[in-house]
Amino acid sequence: MSAIENVSRRRFLTGGVIAAGALVLGVRYYHKLLPGDRLPHDTNADHATLHPSAYLGINPDGTVWIVAHRSEMGTTNRTTLPLVVADELDADWKRVKIEQAIGDKRYGDQNTDGSHSIRSYYDAMREAGATARFMLIQAAAREWGVPAAQCETDLHVVVHRSTNRNAGYGELASAAAKLRVPAKAELKLKQKSAWRYIGKGEVSYDLEALVTGKAIYGMDARAETMVYASVEHPPVLGGRVKSCDDTEALKVAGVRQIVSIDPFQGAPGFQPLGGIAVIADNTWSAFQGRKKLKLSWDNGANESYNSDQYKNELRETSHKPCKVVRNIGDADAVFAKGGKVFEVDYYVPLLAHASMEPMVALAEFKDGKVTAWAPTQNPQAVQDTVAKELGIAKEDVICHVTLLGGGFGRKSKPDYVAEAAVLSKKMRRPVKVVWTREDDIKFDYYNAVASMYMKATVGANGKPTAWLQRSVFPPIPSIFDVNTVYGDPAHLQQGWTDIPYDLPNLRIENGPAKAHVRIGWLRSVANIYHAFAIQCFTDELAHAVGRNPLDYLLDLIGNPRTIDFTGVEYPNYGAAMDAYPWETGRLRRVTEMVAEKSGWGKRKHGKGSGVGIAAHRSFLTYVATVVEVEVNNQGQVRIPRVDMVLDAGVVVNPEATRAQFEGAAVFGSSVVRSGEITATKGAITQSNFQDYPVARINEAPQQTNVYIVESDAPPAGVGEPGVPPFIAAFCNAIFAATGKRVRDLPISKLGLS
Amino acid sequence: MIRLKVNGADQSFNGEPEMPLLWYLRDILRLTGSKFGCGVGLCGACTVHVNGQATRSCVTLMRETAGKEVTTIEGLEKNGLHPVQKAWMQINVPQCGYCQIGQMMQAAALLESKKKPSDHEIDEAMAGNICRCGTYQRIRAAIKAAAEQMA
Repeated sequence: MSAIENVSRRRFLTGGVIAAGALVLGVRYYHKLLPGDRLPHDTNADHATLHPSAYLGINPDGTVWIVAHRSEMGTTNRTTLPLVVADELDADWKRVKIEQAIGDKRYGDQNTDGSHSIRSYYDAMREAGATARFMLIQAAAREWGVPAAQCETDLHVVVHRSTNRNAGYGELASAAAKLRVPAKAELKLKQKSAWRYIGKGEVSYDLEALVTGKAIYGMDARAETMVYASVEHPPVLGGRVKSCDDTEALKVAGVRQIVSIDPFQGAPGFQPLGGIAVIADNTWSAFQGRKKLKLSWDNGANESYNSDQYKNELRETSHKPCKVVRNIGDADAVFAKGGKVFEVDYYVPLLAHASMEPMVALAEFKDGKVTAWAPTQNPQAVQDTVAKELGIAKEDVICHVTLLGGGFGRKSKPDYVAEAAVLSKKMRRPVKVVWTREDDIKFDYYNAVASMYMKATVGANGKPTAWLQRSVFPPIPSIFDVNTVYGDPAHLQQGWTDIPYDLPNLRIENGPAKAHVRIGWLRSVANIYHAFAIQCFTDELAHAVGRNPLDYLLDLIGNPRTIDFTGVEYPNYGAAMDAYPWETGRLRRVTEMVAEKSGWGKRKHGKGSGVGIAAHRSFLTYVATVVEVEVNNQGQVRIPRVDMVLDAGVVVNPEATRAQFEGAAVFGSSVVRSGEITATKGAITQSNFQDYPVARINEAPQQTNVYIVESDAPPAGVGEPGVPPFIAAFCNAIFAATGKRVRDLPISKLGLS
Repeated sequence: MIRLKVNGADQSFNGEPEMPLLWYLRDILRLTGSKFGCGVGLCGACTVHVNGQATRSCVTLMRETAGKEVTTIEGLEKNGLHPVQKAWMQINVPQCGYCQIGQMMQAAALLESKKKPSDHEIDEAMAGNICRCGTYQRIRAAIKAAAEQMA
């Protein structure tokens, strides 16, 4: 292993068992540089001989450096995006080295959320690879004095077949580097038949590091002179310290100092919550010191918040006319005609992320600049937030991105990184802030609590002739403006305004709700409660009118068509409608396929056993799910089998995609079984896995079968779309098995476990 | 002074005897493979072997380790990879990977006591180890694959 001369990196990672160079993310190979040769944020790709793009570089030894600019939290995008570059480059994957980008706007958006890493960067990665390949071909053609059009590439070489000549990428790198970088229009992307990696995939680049304990997460980042911090936050959002007696805390061995952090100004945003930090020589001493603090708080206005009362308020709001966000025909006129009307309320409580790695960050403030190491989904938000907090320029915040021990949306919000930066400035040395699990559960940005009111009346064939749906939930933008109470189009689109049913009279409404805790994105976000309400209500109607739930669902989806969103504010997850139209035929197809794959209607289900079905599009991906459950006399619920079919357009990495959907079924199991965060007098009740349980191996589905539809449509999301239909199908299966309707999550409220 | 062995090497500890083993391993010995997940023995991310038994290092105090032999992921296999690590790679188990160290330490201890565990026995032995990414069915498959390798 070569020596590292990169001072800024070495300072953070040398010594101990982490040998110099065996550093973050398995990026182990730094070529030798002269002191002062580069900025801390330069990459090996930047310094490679041929580097036509910020995303890659090629050295004379044939090494291809590819920059992973988005965060790795388990979705394998750190491998899958470079794989797309390597494919267009015709590179040998074994000669590719991946390095992690810092937060830097030159890479474009780095907020690794919304299941769009592949979707948004598929073209950019292909172009980066194709650009280098174009230049390598040009270089070889000049060298050989033949037309470039006669040259082609094979694995890591340019070849001229008629003269039987070939040259490796490494030997061509210098000559290629002297050539003009081609314009996008000159590039010829590979035909699908020539793809090496797209559609086949690869295992994680970090796989061996992950199983040997060598992978470096935020929790593992270290600077030689750092101290550890643990922060006591105000128990109620917006609270302030009234009094603090730190006498006993300072007596704890290893505790150095007690430091206060100012409460946030205005709306919370991504600012630190404020509170009292215990600074110590090691993590445990910091935790112990906290237990000895004697604190009293001024809780502020959110002290009035109680979950039980709030639930009633949401429900009452949903029973009155609210803001219309989409309308077709005249549902009220049909309801006024009389006939049987079906009305059902659905409820989903606040949900916490509970990533296995609690919030943690290391930061050093020095000479007016901050260097941070953090498991963040959004390093540019770290730059913005830290810069604002410390009154420095965004460019003076260097954010290195470690591996993330799970994220699920929580780590898009860098409040914990800002805490480390603020404390480092006060301490004049690197500070590592470590949140406990209790901090993580109590100070999350929760998935919104939501109440949905559903109303329908049906015609002769059992099909709805009028349909009304109202949702009420505290919206995510409330973290930036506390007066925001209505759902925004970006979250109303999530399975609500885009109900795919072919209905003659449809009205969709949204009601106001004030937030009293921080609301944030959690895997699948608003799709969780919207799909739950629509897909469970569909199942209820099917049973009420005596129809097979599968046939009924297909009937409601109707004939293949493109949904017309005229007059509806529908952002389509930020994607163009012409590239990603909402095609009901694709939802139909996955539904029909999952019925076939799961043996719908063909398998016998005994007493206490049953299956449920649901279909949903989110993050531009179409998914249908069948869940089988068994419920015994004690109310214990097993999930022997799950079948999922997805159409996500082109799937680059099928194995990683299957893993995401298997994981989505487990994530959804947690939501249905036990996911509930509540507050009393504004403070969160739950604290750790004993009162916020998540699915364990015996509670998760025993077998999840994932089927991927072969498609040439542009790539869509895979991290989140598996969750929403699983939740609804699971609840529908519980009804099939027990006759109990799940309308109020989690099912522990029904005496099921 | 507490004397113990960590991954075969003699160690002595002069600090607070109430300090959990996890923080000694991570902050003092700088063996960061073992992870902090819950701090109260509910998630298994911190699992190590103490005298061969799978043990939650976050609730095992240093005074309880006197004279004991502690093995972490860094010392699980002296030469190359342990069969569970190979199986974890073969079945492509990890997503974020954070809990997998604890999962593998738990699985390795299980396979020491049960050469060919059934699904039920695997679920019982592994129920204390949470994976939030939801890799459980692959964990089950990997334990079976490792059992085959060790047979």
